Amino acid sequence: MASTETSTGTSAPKDQDDAAGLTGLAGLEAGLDALETSVDQRTPRGETIRKKVLPPVFAIALVLVIWQALTWAQIIDPYKLPSPSAVWFEVRQAWLQGTLFDYIWTSLWRGVSGFLLALVIGTPLGLLVARVRFVRAAIGPILSGLQSLPSVAWVPPAVLWLGLNDSMMYAVILLGAVPSIANGLVAGVDQVPPLFLRAGRTLGATGARGTWHIVMPAALPGYLAGLKQGWAFSWRSLMAAEIIASSPELGIGLGQLLDNGRTNSSMSMVFLAIFLILIVGIAIDLLVFSPLERRVLRSRGLLGRS
Amino acid sequence: MATSTLTKAEDRTAVSHAARIQHVSKSFGRPGAQQLVLDDISLDVAPGEFVTLLGASGCGKSTLLNLVAGLDAPTAGSIETSGRPALMFQEHALFPWLTAGKNIELALRLRGVPKSERRDEAERLLGLVRLGGAYGKRVHELSGGMRQRVALARALAQDSQLLLMDEPFAALDAITRDVLHDELTQLWHETGLSVLFVTHNVREAVRLAQRVVLLSSRPGRIAREWTVDIPQPRRIEDSAVAELSLEITEQLRGEIRRHGQH
Repeated sequence: MASTETSTGTSAPKDQDDAAGLTGLAGLEAGLDALETSVDQRTPRGETIRKKVLPPVFAIALVLVIWQALTWAQIIDPYKLPSPSAVWFEVRQAWLQGTLFDYIWTSLWRGVSGFLLALVIGTPLGLLVARVRFVRAAIGPILSGLQSLPSVAWVPPAVLWLGLNDSMMYAVILLGAVPSIANGLVAGVDQVPPLFLRAGRTLGATGARGTWHIVMPAALPGYLAGLKQGWAFSWRSLMAAEIIASSPELGIGLGQLLDNGRTNSSMSMVFLAIFLILIVGIAIDLLVFSPLERRVLRSRGLLGRS
Repeated sequence: MATSTLTKAEDRTAVSHAARIQHVSKSFGRPGAQQLVLDDISLDVAPGEFVTLLGASGCGKSTLLNLVAGLDAPTAGSIETSGRPALMFQEHALFPWLTAGKNIELALRLRGVPKSERRDEAERLLGLVRLGGAYGKRVHELSGGMRQRVALARALAQDSQLLLMDEPFAALDAITRDVLHDELTQLWHETGLSVLFVTHNVREAVRLAQRVVLLSSRPGRIAREWTVDIPQPRRIEDSAVAELSLEITEQLRGEIRRHGQH
């Protein structure tokens, strides 16, 4: 700091003043920063387990107990309500025959690839609707209207158009999931604070660069919510399609398993199928979307301490 | 000390300028029901000059800044700037999906700085606002004052000749604001930037500027200008600052009173 001594004598005192002011200012700022910086605390693991894991485990246990009690008391006919042990027996059988994972995999593969396809179509569609006024006016309302149409309604026309095959399944998934994903992105883009767009424009992010650097990342939380819903819609549409349209060539997915249970009057098989459908749906949400969403929200400081 | 004179515009129209605003007017609203917000504003900012635009609410000072920033177009008149000006807002406007360092790197990237140089340059700019350790910090982990300093560093990353500031310290507490005044004055000395600073705080205007421009309200017109000769570094508590502030405040109050009379 004292390296400016070579300057003319008249300005030397001022330089010294500046140097003193500089250290003073730096110290002052460091102090303010230390005072004002909050400490971001993560909840300890033990507390997370106690508060987040135990309650649902308790609820599931309670349901099982009531269920078992109902079958023991024989209030409901066993062919209408199989006992938990009968369902468990069905699981073991499928496991021993090696078909359990085949069921799951057949459906999961369809669901995931259908969802990814919906992602590839829904994302540019959503961007187009969000950013181009004419496109929004033209198809925006239709797109949000489509969301409220149960995708099971698409199964009969899809069968007639495409036949009983995988393409028909994918068509139903797409019709269910694409509007969700696109709408999620539109909502996300609409909620981008105008300040970010102005800041982006002053930095030179206009047109495609603005979309890539500012709009997309800013819209990410809404987009993720759309994806999450899109997955739920994909999975539901697929199950509807599998239950309604069964054919030997399609292989046995979870939906067919459920329908087979019905035709064989095997309630335990129906229950097995329902549980597997539920578990896959929850697992994807819990293992993929929730961590992703939490990560995005936490990094932006949007996650309340809960 | 504080000599307040009406500046002669002719003296300042030198060969070069950081910004030249000529006969600019701006109206908003539908045709037929238009409201004139800015009326025939002419103002030059010389290279390296620090000018504050002062006015009550509704004087259109933020509108004027938006026009200079190129975010909006004037209804009449012309605005020339050398290159795209950097703009700092009252809210920090940092992108929450990026760290402090990456916010600055985005500005560098959009300016065309090659990838290999961005990291070092971002660190240097953070060092300039004395936030050397904040590169990897998320925006929400920083205090209000730190956010504004990162925003300042990001504005500097644009390497513009002209820095526009739209009440950048208005939302900060008095202590932090005072420190940031020192910081800004020092940076201005070091970088030789031209600054056009909008505020409604008379003391802040006098504390920072070489020239204070008072705008009247509805429509915004230039009411008067003062040259501030008080030597830097100034303090906001200096008696000379207080003296000139008092004079400007009187004029400002006069401008506001006019609106109550009809």
